[in-house]
Amino acid sequence: MSALDKVVKPKTRRSKRFLEQRGPKLYENDKSTMLIKGGNASNTVTQALKDLYALKKPSCVLYNRKNMTRPFEDQTSVEFFSKKSDCSLFVFGSHNKKRPNNLIFGRLYDFHVLDMVELGMEKYVSLKDFKNCKCPEGTKPLLIFAGDAFEMNEDYRRLKSLFIDFFRGPTVSGIRLAGLEHMLHFTAVDGKIYMRSYKVLMKKSGCRTPRIELEEMGPSFDFVMRRTHLASDDLYKLSMKRPKAVQAKKKKNISHDTFGTKYGRIHMQKQDLGKLQTRKVKALKKRPAEKKAAEGEGETNKRRKSN
Amino acid sequence: MAALMIEHVLAQAEKDEAEKLKLISVDKELELQFDLGNLLAIDPNPADVKAFRQQNREVFLRSLARDNTQLLINQLWTLPTQRVEEAVVATLPDPSTRLPREKPIPKPRAPTRWEEFAKLKGIKKKKKTNLVWDEVSKEWRRRWGYKRANDNTKDWLIEVPATADPNEDQFSKRVKAKKERVAKNELNRLRNLARADKGKIPGVGLTPTEQPSRDDLGKAMHVAKRSTASAGRFQDKLPKEKEPKNMGKKRKFQPLLGDFGAEKNKQLEILKVMDSKKPKLDVNKAVNRQMREEDAEASAKRKKPFKKGGRGKQGGKKGKGRGPVRGGKGQGGKRRK
Repeated sequence: MSALDKVVKPKTRRSKRFLEQRGPKLYENDKSTMLIKGGNASNTVTQALKDLYALKKPSCVLYNRKNMTRPFEDQTSVEFFSKKSDCSLFVFGSHNKKRPNNLIFGRLYDFHVLDMVELGMEKYVSLKDFKNCKCPEGTKPLLIFAGDAFEMNEDYRRLKSLFIDFFRGPTVSGIRLAGLEHMLHFTAVDGKIYMRSYKVLMKKSGCRTPRIELEEMGPSFDFVMRRTHLASDDLYKLSMKRPKAVQAKKKKNISHDTFGTKYGRIHMQKQDLGKLQTRKVKALKKRPAEKKAAEGEGETNKRRKSN
Repeated sequence: MAALMIEHVLAQAEKDEAEKLKLISVDKELELQFDLGNLLAIDPNPADVKAFRQQNREVFLRSLARDNTQLLINQLWTLPTQRVEEAVVATLPDPSTRLPREKPIPKPRAPTRWEEFAKLKGIKKKKKTNLVWDEVSKEWRRRWGYKRANDNTKDWLIEVPATADPNEDQFSKRVKAKKERVAKNELNRLRNLARADKGKIPGVGLTPTEQPSRDDLGKAMHVAKRSTASAGRFQDKLPKEKEPKNMGKKRKFQPLLGDFGAEKNKQLEILKVMDSKKPKLDVNKAVNRQMREEDAEASAKRKKPFKKGGRGKQGGKKGKGRGPVRGGKGQGGKRRK
């Protein structure tokens, strides 16, 4: 939000709350997604968008009509959509002769495009085509990335980060172990990316941890990477910045050694040995006159403090 | 005989255990990286391209996925769990994968002109009680807002001051005054926004006043003079006309080559400030604080004898409206001299 947005004040409490909800925050909301259908979208692309919608459902918007726009040439319309629906992840689906069955995955920072990766669908099997029971809507998936390309190649590394951002769902503090039903597996082999979606079946193994069997649930994609638009290092670094208030504060005067033992450093004031209580003998007792003088001094001090 | 039996049983048990573990253990060349907060695993092992090409593709992918999932599930099952309504819930650690933010980090609001001034002068905000005693209705009411105490918009009668024009409507005068205050406040708000944005702040210009002073008239004349297409460049001067004050300064630069001694001293001064650990003394601020403290002391002394006055008739009551404010204060934070 720029300063210009604040010129017009919200008139009602409700609109104020709405604006606050949209504004930048220390602890951010979960990112929501918009799925945009391009001007020319084949049946495959439309179905793929619908399936992604089913995977992402509670925090997702599907723009179902034709949108004559090309994100790689002109990003303004994507940015406009994102501002309108407050979404920072998007998928744009299109189909033409040069780039058949095209999906553009992207994310935005501050309503400006950060990363965009264009993926072509070589093979696609829809969610409907697997005749079995699916996992419930809004299940937080397990994400697995396999293949050394996800570590070595810069484009793939960014794509991995994008996919994690895209599919990870809401951040939670705890999860029901029996509810881990959905798994998304991304494999980078042979210059292609295979995305498979499995239903996790837990079998008895005799010990506490179950044995896992998988059943393909769909959708499944074979992607090839086409064009990419990655954020410059500066912008990426800026977007990764963490607020100071969120970062854990370093605790002073505490250290650990190699064995994990905790050490503390204590700062002590110098002890006044004159007031040290020694043996109580009559000879060391204060005389009444001395006592009075000492008390009087103490009282004047007190009075000064209270003023 | 018995010893042999025991050995046999133990060996059998060990075998069973190994068998069980075999079901859930997977061997990998490189270990997987886990981010349990995101339920994420990364397998850095290169996929076996040969096997991938020869085998059925789906079978290969599924077996790879199964192994990886088993490893991830094994990790997840080591997390501490608790029981919530008949379900076993594992506590996830914070996500460790760093992902870009959605929106920039929120910036703190820039201080307004008043806040800056108050800080310079050492003026602190005072908390006022929410409820005040309403003389008319004889009850505690809100200080502000709906059904407020001492509401002057609800007056049905206003005394016409002796100096005022008897034909003037005192009610509409009040309303107008209020509207003007609101407008002024809004203007100041916008000016503060512009200042925070480092934008150009438009001057307030000339506000209409009932009886313009000599300065006001002078200012008005100069504004009128400068309001030509050439910004008053070709306007003649009146006899005995004075240049107005505070009309902006022209920048002055020091000569490129000049007083070396002065320049050296200037640099040394800067170095001295940078080197010292103590912050530089802001004389203005210190003096302001000192003056403020003296003022406060003097006013406290003056008020002491009248400790029982102040809030007047409400003084005797001990009620909900009585907050931390000492008795000596009337309404508002305005200082009376």
